[in-house]
Amino acid sequence: MSIQAMLRVERLTKTYGTAAGPLTVLHEASFELEAGASMAIVGPSGSGKTTLLGLCAGLDRATGGSIDLAGERLDSLDEDERARVRNESVGFVFQNFQLIPTLTALENVLVPLELRGERGCEPQGRELLERVGLAARADHYPVQLSGGEQQRIALARAFINRPKILFCDEPTGNLDGDTAGSMVELIFGLNRERGTTLVLVTHNFELAGRCQRILRLRNGAVASDERTPGAA
Amino acid sequence: MNFILKMAWRDSRASRRRLFLYSLSVVLGIAALVSIGSFSANVRQAIQAEAKGLLGADLFVTAPAPLGAPVTDYLGSLGGEVSREQMFSSMMTFPEANRLRLVQVHAVEGGFPFYGAFETDPAGAPGRLRAGGNVVILEPTLLAQFGLRVGDRVKLGTTLFTVIGAVRKVPGESPGVAMMAPRAYIPMASLAATGLAGREALARYRAMVRLPAGRDPDGVIREMKERFPAIRLSFETVEERKRNLGRALANLDGFLSLVGFVALVLGGIGVSSALHAYVREKIATVAVLRCLGASARQSFAVYMAQGLALGLAGACAGGALGVAVQKGLPALVRGMLPISVDFFVSWPALLRGTGAGVVICLLFSLLPLLSVRRIPPLAALRSAVAERVGMAPDPWRLAIIASIAAAIAGFAVWQTGKISVGLGFAGMLGLGFGVLLGLAHAVAWAARRFVPRGLPYVVRQGFANLHRPNNRTVLLLLSLGLGTFLVLTLFLVRTTLLREIQGSGAAGRPNLIFFDIQDDQIDPMERVASAAGSPVVERAPIVTMRIGSVRGVTVEKLLANKGAGLPDWTLRREYRSTFRGRLSSTEKVVEGAFVGRADPGAGPVPVSVEEGLAREMHLHIGDEIDWDVQGLPVRSRVGSIRAVEWRRMEPNFFVVFPEGVLEGAPKTYVAALITASPADSARVQRAVVDQFPNVTAIDLGLVVETLDGIFSKVAFAVQFMALFTVATGLVVLAGAVLTGRHQRIRETVLLRTLGATRRQVALIQLVEYAVLGMQAAVVGGLLAVAGNALLARFVFHIPATASIGQVAAAVAGVAVLTVATGFIAGRGVVDHPPLEILRQET
Repeated sequence: MSIQAMLRVERLTKTYGTAAGPLTVLHEASFELEAGASMAIVGPSGSGKTTLLGLCAGLDRATGGSIDLAGERLDSLDEDERARVRNESVGFVFQNFQLIPTLTALENVLVPLELRGERGCEPQGRELLERVGLAARADHYPVQLSGGEQQRIALARAFINRPKILFCDEPTGNLDGDTAGSMVELIFGLNRERGTTLVLVTHNFELAGRCQRILRLRNGAVASDERTPGAA
Repeated sequence: MNFILKMAWRDSRASRRRLFLYSLSVVLGIAALVSIGSFSANVRQAIQAEAKGLLGADLFVTAPAPLGAPVTDYLGSLGGEVSREQMFSSMMTFPEANRLRLVQVHAVEGGFPFYGAFETDPAGAPGRLRAGGNVVILEPTLLAQFGLRVGDRVKLGTTLFTVIGAVRKVPGESPGVAMMAPRAYIPMASLAATGLAGREALARYRAMVRLPAGRDPDGVIREMKERFPAIRLSFETVEERKRNLGRALANLDGFLSLVGFVALVLGGIGVSSALHAYVREKIATVAVLRCLGASARQSFAVYMAQGLALGLAGACAGGALGVAVQKGLPALVRGMLPISVDFFVSWPALLRGTGAGVVICLLFSLLPLLSVRRIPPLAALRSAVAERVGMAPDPWRLAIIASIAAAIAGFAVWQTGKISVGLGFAGMLGLGFGVLLGLAHAVAWAARRFVPRGLPYVVRQGFANLHRPNNRTVLLLLSLGLGTFLVLTLFLVRTTLLREIQGSGAAGRPNLIFFDIQDDQIDPMERVASAAGSPVVERAPIVTMRIGSVRGVTVEKLLANKGAGLPDWTLRREYRSTFRGRLSSTEKVVEGAFVGRADPGAGPVPVSVEEGLAREMHLHIGDEIDWDVQGLPVRSRVGSIRAVEWRRMEPNFFVVFPEGVLEGAPKTYVAALITASPADSARVQRAVVDQFPNVTAIDLGLVVETLDGIFSKVAFAVQFMALFTVATGLVVLAGAVLTGRHQRIRETVLLRTLGATRRQVALIQLVEYAVLGMQAAVVGGLLAVAGNALLARFVFHIPATASIGQVAAAVAGVAVLTVATGFIAGRGVVDHPPLEILRQET
């Protein structure tokens, strides 16, 4: 792996056993992403985008190939070690927000730090909420927030542990145009400010176009890997 | 740790009301266990006190001769209290009626009874008796027979005594004593004046002893046997009386243990099924936590902490509720309780109940919580992954199931105090679990394979709910089925026990017995009794006889040879035997075959010997006994050995001859009657005795009343305790159905969104709940019938009683209750507009 690489994927394969026989949803995908860079993964439904994202983030185990994330070889780690890597180095933004419904906005944001056993981290949480424009909603529960607000809380949560790499799965997929626009500004703004590497899965070409690279998948394989001219 | 507790606390915020509902079964289970344990301790103590009342003292020491200074000094030195009694038979004269009657005189001295009460009519008579003077308390039959009243005079020996009351109940007197002759109680100090002292027939001398607290009567007996080996003393203790009373008390204990056991297991099942549903709802949250870096152990710990808190809170609330119920019981049951129970909180019962509750709750919560460890972070990205949670085999699951089995078996053994019985309970539960699990899988499979496509949509949808992913078939069938099984088993066992108890002591049994009816008097006497309104229901001839030799060895030789090991009383006594062609309802042959008719010329006469006597005399089938029947030798052989229910107050015999042998021998008769009231009894007695003055009447009404009192107390305790567990079972049932509510919300809302009417949604639920409810009820019912039969046979050693009507009604009840609860639970969902619920659920 080059000295600067944050994520390196080599011949990554994922196969599921089904009643009809083995089904390969990702076939020998390889790429490398340097620290601080941004990359969009695009492709039609069923092309393996989410599978690739899940594998890169250490949410699942690959059938073959290898993944190096922030200097750690993910495929050689067990589930609890991968959990540690996620907690230390990874941030997530999901299409359906995935806030914990029983926690307030602030508590949701603080979960990654509290998981590490850190104390007195509330000011950091409030600062991030301020940054995403929701300081006033700190004590609200997810059900009391709009979709856009929930996604901004999710973004604040993703950045609270100062992740080296942020994974976003269709971050604007459930938002209207205006809300989606401001969300995108926030993601790229924070990404720049904190020097975070960004990997996002999207169907939105405008959003993809703001990344430095676009990785296209087709039928579970990498069809192309291009640099964009107008990267954000 | 900090995160785990914080997260567990925060995560519980929105679900606390629901968690409370989940914990309700534990709360009730523990409350039942605590109050049952406590109440059972109270009842046991009351019954223990009552049993002491049966004897009136801790120990009776009886001898055929005056006890003498060494014995009385020793008893005095024990530090308790000693009363003396001298008993003998004597004729009593009734001057006003100008009649004579053989009575059993009891000359008493001291504070006896120490437990229970000497009940008389009027109530103050025992006090006057203790105060001394020429006063007498008589058997009520004597008063009835001779038309005596309080204040009338009777003559004993040379002295006139004033009647001060009638005996109702005397602790320590076994019914057999009253059967021999009516009793007459006089002060010991008045005995000398009668001129009877020293000339009494068949006198017995007794010391009634109250021991100081902590002194074991059996220890005293051992010591006395060592100290006074030459004196012929016989002893009687409360324990012995209790044993003699029958197995009813032991059965009560066994039943209460079973009730506590069932209550707790039901609580465990309730928690397990509730948490199962709860965990399924938490899959998304756990997946997100995993994505954010929580380890499997941390996520598990968060929910384990909730489970533990649930158990602890449930235990505390349950313990408090149990104590409250216990405290409130006197107000609730005063007047209903035929026994005076002192209500106190039994701390051991409280600790045992809550402790066992926490352990069982913890183990039962572990089972559903285990799957939290298996929720992958990927479930946050893909909902299909969430569907598969908990489907993979998990070795820990087996370990937990094994621990639950061990805990249940251990708890059952602890509760019942017997390894075999405890393991039997646990085994029965395991069997029920296995059968229901098999059934659940069979139902799901059948619902997938055999539901015709031509059925209406709502019916197909209802059946499809039984096998679709996330179905609750296994969960509901297990919890409903086990609940039905356990509660119905209790109900059936209760019926079985009550029938047994009613069968041995209650109404419908002869309550008036006439003795000494001569051969030529029996037929006219029966006519007189019938005319007086109480026909004879049973009569038995009595032939007196003595033993001449046993197995060819004469009684004299046997008596001389102490090594033969045959008790003197079996050899010396005058046997009052009967002859008949069949067994009576109180008898059962345990060995050999009963012979109803024999030819005197055809070798030794086959007789039937009571099992206790056979044991004492080491008799076996085929052993020969030569009888001296009033001068005539009759050779017999033991043809059968009978168990006799001596508890039943009917004419019972040690030895029963077949018909065809003793008919010619001089004999008297005993006749048993059923009278409706004490007045009836007195009328029949007067009618019979007026015409046949030699006939003696024994009114068993009071004897039966005493025994009946004890048995109805036992019966009440049994009913009351069973009620508790039925209530717990109902809560578990409601809980099991209600927990499904949250799982069904989303799909019901989707159906409503797609245009399903409320009626259609309700019908789909009806089909699902009706199938599950009926299956669970029928199988639970069958298991209960089997469980009752096994318990009756192996634990209570009595025949099982199970009415088909009762079982069918219970099964129908559970099925209807399931459907009704399902409807009530689903109503909230159907009534809300779909959009509102969809927003809540995202």
